[in-house]
Amino acid sequence: MTQTEIAPMAAGSPDRLTGLKTFWHYFSVNRGAVIGLFVFILLVLAALFAPLLAPYAPDIQDKTAFLRPPAWQEGGSTQYLLGTDPVGRDILSRLLYGARFSLLIGAVVVTLALTGGITLGLLAGYFRGWVDVAIMRVMDLILAFPSLLLALVLVTILGPGLFNAMLAIALVLQPHFARLVRAAVMAEKSREYVVAAKVAGAGHLRLMLATILPNCLAPLIVQGTLSFSNAILEAAALGFLGLGAQPPTPEWGTMLASAREFILRAWWVVTFPGLAILITVLAINLIGDGLRDALDPKLRRS
Amino acid sequence: MLRYLLNKIALLIPTLVGITICAFAFVRLLPGDPILAMAGEHGVTPARYEELKQQFGYNLPIWEQYARYVGEVATGDFGVSISSKRPVLEEFKTLFPATLELSFFAMIFAMVIGIPAGIFAAVKRGSWFDQSLMGTALVGYSMPIFWWGLLLIIFFSGYLGWTPVSGRIGLQFFFKPITGFMTIDSLLHGKWDAFRSALSHLVLPAIVLGTIPLAVIARQTRSAMLEVLGEDYVRTARAKGLSAGRVIGVHALRNALIPVVTTIGLQVGTLLAGAILTETIFAWPGIGKWMVDSIFKRDYVVVQSGLLLIALIVMAVNLIVDVLYAVINPRIRAA
Repeated sequence: MTQTEIAPMAAGSPDRLTGLKTFWHYFSVNRGAVIGLFVFILLVLAALFAPLLAPYAPDIQDKTAFLRPPAWQEGGSTQYLLGTDPVGRDILSRLLYGARFSLLIGAVVVTLALTGGITLGLLAGYFRGWVDVAIMRVMDLILAFPSLLLALVLVTILGPGLFNAMLAIALVLQPHFARLVRAAVMAEKSREYVVAAKVAGAGHLRLMLATILPNCLAPLIVQGTLSFSNAILEAAALGFLGLGAQPPTPEWGTMLASAREFILRAWWVVTFPGLAILITVLAINLIGDGLRDALDPKLRRS
Repeated sequence: MLRYLLNKIALLIPTLVGITICAFAFVRLLPGDPILAMAGEHGVTPARYEELKQQFGYNLPIWEQYARYVGEVATGDFGVSISSKRPVLEEFKTLFPATLELSFFAMIFAMVIGIPAGIFAAVKRGSWFDQSLMGTALVGYSMPIFWWGLLLIIFFSGYLGWTPVSGRIGLQFFFKPITGFMTIDSLLHGKWDAFRSALSHLVLPAIVLGTIPLAVIARQTRSAMLEVLGEDYVRTARAKGLSAGRVIGVHALRNALIPVVTTIGLQVGTLLAGAILTETIFAWPGIGKWMVDSIFKRDYVVVQSGLLLIALIVMAVNLIVDVLYAVINPRIRAA
């Protein structure tokens, strides 16, 4: 690489550029991951532009069109492409708006779980001793319960609703991050660069956050992706059980719940919301596989 | 080995204490007054309120309440259900076999398909079978199982009319439980039509509950098998001129199955979480549906004890898996 080519970039960027290039090289080898990324981008766009894309508002009821089948089936019309639900709302519009909720759930839950997990994992791995024991016992305890059961019970305490469901799921997913960070910190802590930084006079906070943490990022990103899809699944499950987002919110799991009694009469009210969940979760899991291949040489698929 | 076992059990004690604290705290963390919450929607008279307060010990200091709770649980007293007025432990005992039977068949389904498929995919690595299996496994892994269950009901119960929509056995069949497994009990009583009914009720829920474990087991078997197939002893076995079947079936498989056994054991938590959804969809009378129903009925005594009992089961199974793992793999014991 010549000087002129790197000139417009900030200092240190050649490394970054080649890093990104290597990353993309490994990531794009995995065809599934690229497809997943493409689908995910479409979903983000659908969520962002839902008001423009959706033919109707998500809560508008057409009293002349209850349980209208999708356009291609007899009795359906292009007026409602994917049909209508039992109270005459356009399913396509509700799905598009629902994408907002699913992506929001994923983002909020991962942010919460990541913040909590990183903090606790760093403290445990860095200080060891009783701090470590106390934190990790609590993490073990959370993992001793089946995740959905614990989330259910937490929502029972907090009260049903989308935000409480997100809190509960974040709490349930958070030990995975804490364990990862702790293990990584313990592995990195005795490395020379950390000792060097310590000798150079870096304080605890700087050592933890600036020196060690950036070197633990790869497994965290992979776990974060998997948790993103897990969060969407669990939130949908809570919504389905009636403890997550409450009707008439167009959240996909909640949509499924209210469609349940019509399954034998109207296949479309059940099929499309579930398909939306599956496609979203699958896309994110595909990206996760690709990220693992690209970021973590140790975990690279054989 | 005994030392390993004792060590493992000692490590579980803090978790055990933690689980009881969680269950204990649950009722007290509920919004509002715990006694009113436990009394349900009907409410109580002030006199009855005081009586209940005494009975549950809410007038005692918190640590005394906890000690009392642990004492009750240790002696097998899990309280009395508010809605059914039956002891919680008794209800649990009648419902748990249903969940066990469902989980057992779900796991059989997952293993019988997952292990051979994983082996075959590893042996034919890169083939269309391998690629489509791994693709399917990822779909299975990403499946919202509550939706998957509804789809199967639409197709097999609604469209084809092959299987019943819900329940465990046809209502016309009634017999004394022996093992608690409907499929086995009906056979023990020699009732073939009851057996057929039980089986047809079981098929769809077992498939639904087994789907995610199936995906996990197939993936895990494949990767374990791939790892083992690259080992020196497998090459040696091949070089000796052993048949491919013997190399794969004996030399490779036995070693590849070690991590698979662990994976299977670790699916127990997934199974119980999945049972909550599966049982709700198929109206399967097990502990998962019991928990959800109790939450909606605000029967918090049941929720509290169910939480405790389920966590204890998961813990016990994990311990058994750890021990089994140490039995199969002596290297673990030393560590």
